[in-house]
Amino acid sequence: MEKFKKIKTIVTPLDQVNIDTDQIVPKQFLKLIQKTGFGKYLFYDWRYDENENQKKGFVLNNKKYQGSQILITGNNFGCGSSREHAVWALKDYGFSVIIAASFADIFYSNCFKNGILPIILDEKIVKKLTHEPEELEVDLENQTLSSSSKRISFEIDSHKKKILLEGLDDIAQTLQFEDRVTEYEKQSKIPSVL
Amino acid sequence: MGKTLFEKIWDSHVVVEKENNPSLIYIDRHLVHEVTSPQAFEGLRINNRTVRRPNLTIATMDHNVPTTDRRLPILDQTSAIQMQTLEKNCKDFGIELFDINSPNQGIVHVIGPQLGITLPGSTIVCGDSHTSTHGAFGALAFGIGTSEVEHVLASQTLWLEKPKSFEIRVDGKRKNPHAVTAKDIILSIIKNIGTSGGTGTIVEYSGEGITDLSMEERMTVCNMSIEAGARAGLVAPDEKTFAYLRNRKYTPKNYESLVGHWRENLKTDTNAKFDKTFTLHIDNIAPQVSWGTNPGMTCDVTESVPFAEDYSNGDQSQKKAMVKALEYMDLKPGTPITEIKIDRVFIGSCTNARIEDLIEASKVIKDQKISKNVRAMVVPGSQMVKKQAEEMGIDKIFTDAKFEWREAGCSMCLGMNPDILSPGERCASTSNRNFEGRQGTGGRTHLVSPVMAAAAALEGHFVDVRQLDLN
Repeated sequence: MEKFKKIKTIVTPLDQVNIDTDQIVPKQFLKLIQKTGFGKYLFYDWRYDENENQKKGFVLNNKKYQGSQILITGNNFGCGSSREHAVWALKDYGFSVIIAASFADIFYSNCFKNGILPIILDEKIVKKLTHEPEELEVDLENQTLSSSSKRISFEIDSHKKKILLEGLDDIAQTLQFEDRVTEYEKQSKIPSVL
Repeated sequence: MGKTLFEKIWDSHVVVEKENNPSLIYIDRHLVHEVTSPQAFEGLRINNRTVRRPNLTIATMDHNVPTTDRRLPILDQTSAIQMQTLEKNCKDFGIELFDINSPNQGIVHVIGPQLGITLPGSTIVCGDSHTSTHGAFGALAFGIGTSEVEHVLASQTLWLEKPKSFEIRVDGKRKNPHAVTAKDIILSIIKNIGTSGGTGTIVEYSGEGITDLSMEERMTVCNMSIEAGARAGLVAPDEKTFAYLRNRKYTPKNYESLVGHWRENLKTDTNAKFDKTFTLHIDNIAPQVSWGTNPGMTCDVTESVPFAEDYSNGDQSQKKAMVKALEYMDLKPGTPITEIKIDRVFIGSCTNARIEDLIEASKVIKDQKISKNVRAMVVPGSQMVKKQAEEMGIDKIFTDAKFEWREAGCSMCLGMNPDILSPGERCASTSNRNFEGRQGTGGRTHLVSPVMAAAAALEGHFVDVRQLDLN
């Protein structure tokens, strides 16, 4: 995984609560067997009409937000299906940071496996940033968001921060504990299936 | 201080623990299906890794399999490729696969318990959010993403931060348990605590309202824990649990000694403390019908579609979400639920496609015909459920009533196979999600129990099944 670096772009405001992963990537696009190329399916049913023309009112179709790497949205983002395709689509489209007042559990943990930083902020701050979208610099090292007019700190678990900053391969880390796993297996009471 | 059941299972699965860091948790059972696994196996290949414990891993095909005649070729080439990929991956890595022609094939959360793969006190994962279903057996079972699927394949473990504990007590007794079902209990819970009410927690369901339930009903409740935001929901195992898992295909040889251990240990201590609690009284609850685009947007069958002001309680975001939901659903506030006409009925999914669900629904439609305006479909949860129903003659009751009787799979719950709604079609569905487009782009889903779906199929609109004689 690539190391997470400082980014500075305008934020894309998607002002809606409870956005589920079926909206982020509709199911007709889950049949691919690769991880790449999902960006074009991001929010597909909201972005395109039945003739695959861009829908005018949808925020991702607004030129102002082209090139944005920061999505700001309503609480409980990423609820529903566990599909990691949702995170692959956001990343492939270009988003590296998602800001919300809360995230669904599985989606939240999927983000860190793919170099996306989910930032949890107070709902009032999220609303303000959503209604007045501006250019923000995201500095994970110092845990700050800053613009010309403000500077906001955010909390993040130190272990998760390290994973993103160092672009760590989770599995390689875990396999270092192989002896401990073998030891555990010797005393486990749960028999194998086969 | 005592421990909760969840804490006991957690503690007995910790492999590595470091303060202020996630713990490395051992995984006893890994269920794999065709949609969320191809990229995980690919990752193993790229890094030259193997599957650590193929004998703890079981695979099946459920999400995109056709539910029509299995002898016919699969028309959707991308689905066919995904199924072939799973076949190849299971062969290459030595994993037992129940493919489309296996008598054990079915929705992964239906076959796990049926085959005795699901065990109390175990940790179970699958690349599917409804893995919470297995919690009905007192297992810690939860959905994971594809990267975590790869991690479990390679290491049989996961790094996890310990979630909070949440007790949901269900008190009282239903007056008519044939009309007011486990589905109505869980929809009532979600309606009350909201779709993120359980986020960050593991739910333990307790109380008379839960212990009274059959194993299959408990599965319906635990299945939809994720719809309340909880990654897992569980029920302490009891004699019903132990009886259900006895003499299944993969029931362990030393089962009775395991039962002895579970009986002693798998319960929440009386002096344990939960981080959060909620109580639902079910003496007077009604059959539930969802009216919106998330499972929390639900009301009693006797009520009307709510007004935005009443529903949102002053919260502007909720109000906006509701207005959008009603626009999508093409519903006007104040419309009685029983006046909503439907085009389709789907009885199926990991929530409600087990034998008891089919038996209960068949009682409603016996010797009757569905409405001329409705197309209705039954998709059994597994080939074993299908066979059992056919041996009981239940398939005949459905087909006589003009329901389509299908092969097992996830089908129209998520519409990855050809079973989908057309734009604008309205469906009474026994599945778990009413999200926009879930059952087909532009399709409108109302979540209900199997008996409510069956009754709606007959009448062409929702009816209060408490008025029917279901005994």
